[in-house]
Amino acid sequence: MAEYMILICEDESAYATATPDVLQQVMEAHNRFSEQVAETGGKIVEGRALQPTSTATSIRGDVVTDGPFIETKEAVGGYYLVEARDLDHALEIGKLCPARFGGVEVRPIMVFG
Amino acid sequence: MSESPRSGAGADVGAGSGAGEASAAVADAHRREWAFVLAATARVAGDLDVAEECVQDAYAAALTAWTRQGVPRNPGAWLTTTARRRAIDAKRRDRVLRAKLPLLIEPDPPVAASTPPGAGRAEEDEVIPDDRLRLIFTCCHPALAREAQVALTLRLVCGLTTVEIAQAFLVAEPTMAARVTRAKKKISAARIAYRVPAPAELPDRLDAVLTVVHLLYTTGHTAPGGDNLVRADLVDRAIGVARMLRTLMPDEREVAGLLALILLTDARRATRADPQGRLLLLEAQDRSRWDRSVIAEGTALVPWALRGGRPGRFALQAAIAALHAEAPSYAQTDWPQIVALYDALLRVWSSPVVALNRAVALAMAQGPAAGLAQIGELEAAGRLDAYRYLPAAKADLLRRLGRWEAAAQAYRDALALTDNAAEREFLARRLTEVTGAPS
Repeated sequence: MAEYMILICEDESAYATATPDVLQQVMEAHNRFSEQVAETGGKIVEGRALQPTSTATSIRGDVVTDGPFIETKEAVGGYYLVEARDLDHALEIGKLCPARFGGVEVRPIMVFG
Repeated sequence: MSESPRSGAGADVGAGSGAGEASAAVADAHRREWAFVLAATARVAGDLDVAEECVQDAYAAALTAWTRQGVPRNPGAWLTTTARRRAIDAKRRDRVLRAKLPLLIEPDPPVAASTPPGAGRAEEDEVIPDDRLRLIFTCCHPALAREAQVALTLRLVCGLTTVEIAQAFLVAEPTMAARVTRAKKKISAARIAYRVPAPAELPDRLDAVLTVVHLLYTTGHTAPGGDNLVRADLVDRAIGVARMLRTLMPDEREVAGLLALILLTDARRATRADPQGRLLLLEAQDRSRWDRSVIAEGTALVPWALRGGRPGRFALQAAIAALHAEAPSYAQTDWPQIVALYDALLRVWSSPVVALNRAVALAMAQGPAAGLAQIGELEAAGRLDAYRYLPAAKADLLRRLGRWEAAAQAYRDALALTDNAAEREFLARRLTEVTGAPS
């Protein structure tokens, strides 16, 4: 098994304006996702949601600036670190990952040594 | 080219062959057996670069050995055994170095391992698995960019050098080298498995493979730039890979469709330009010079590719090509049937290029005005803005309608989008005709 990061990139404004119903659906989708991953034979090592990019602070050199490095419509809003057999398996998991206001990016974790 | 690269032609030359015979046999084995040898060696090497090195070494060793001892009965098995031994040695030597990102080999072969003809007769008693499908599905994995899929297929499946691939695609050699290296790195770093996809994924994954092979063919068929209309080497490679797939996946209808399409198109190769190298359109081609045996082979595949369920896009294109191939003349072509096939094609593949071709067929079935109206709609949709064949097709229909001014403008638009010398010459000639025509 190898580790992959599933980065969830979505339109933040869609969340800001979402109804409680929609947010509830999103929560349920993520709960369901955990079960589905297990069914594929994969494993979620960790999964977290991030506060929106309006709360981000960037540092380059010694300079501290308000906001993210790059302002984009779709930003990373959360991630899952998963274990999968290979890229096809990781992509199968990535396809199951809820991201109704955007999509996900699947990246292998670098192994040292 | 033989139906199966494994059919072992060129074997059994026997001892006493000279250097010339040996080098011819090595060249032949390079063309026929490269994919088989590399695919089987990659499984042992666990690394595509190591596998390539070992296979290259094996071909170099073959030249010496075959000159001295004669060409073996089964050159492919000889090369595979030699390359695999080298791979095992290399792996032993470099265990630490290569342990980092090995090629991910699936232990259970989803397709039955096949014994190459002649194996077991020679000194090799081992069963060499036919891993060519794994190799091509790995090269054409959707996680790789299309241009990387194409480059890897030419490099690993066809055994072309980076220089040759760069020349074929008019790309600088370092650019092509970087593209190949990046793709190989992604295969190992992201763990793209060396395997044939599971049945559920197979239709999509196979479509990617067929798209790459077709792209090889069309790139060779009409070179994107340069002086020659056809780049024969690329065309032959595409036909070779299509035949290989047909042998390895005999039950896949779209594989039959792709091979049929390529054969039926390629049967017209000799007539696509006049002796001066000028482009000749289908209507002006000398049909008596079309390769009838190639047409027969392609046509025979079509009913098979079409049967059972909704036909795929390659089968439908092959059916269209077959109708053209069978028609006694351009005018006597079954245009209504071709329009109907294009309708079916648009349902499975809603491409504006297909819609443009349908418009041309419609113009033949119902008159230029009907075709022109369709092209007008496509133009308005704006999805074919940089596509040189749109203004070219439009210009032709305007010319047929005697609308010289508008035709001239469309020919100029087409010229502005075309780099291929033969195509430019054709368009310029037509432009002169319409500007000189009486108004």
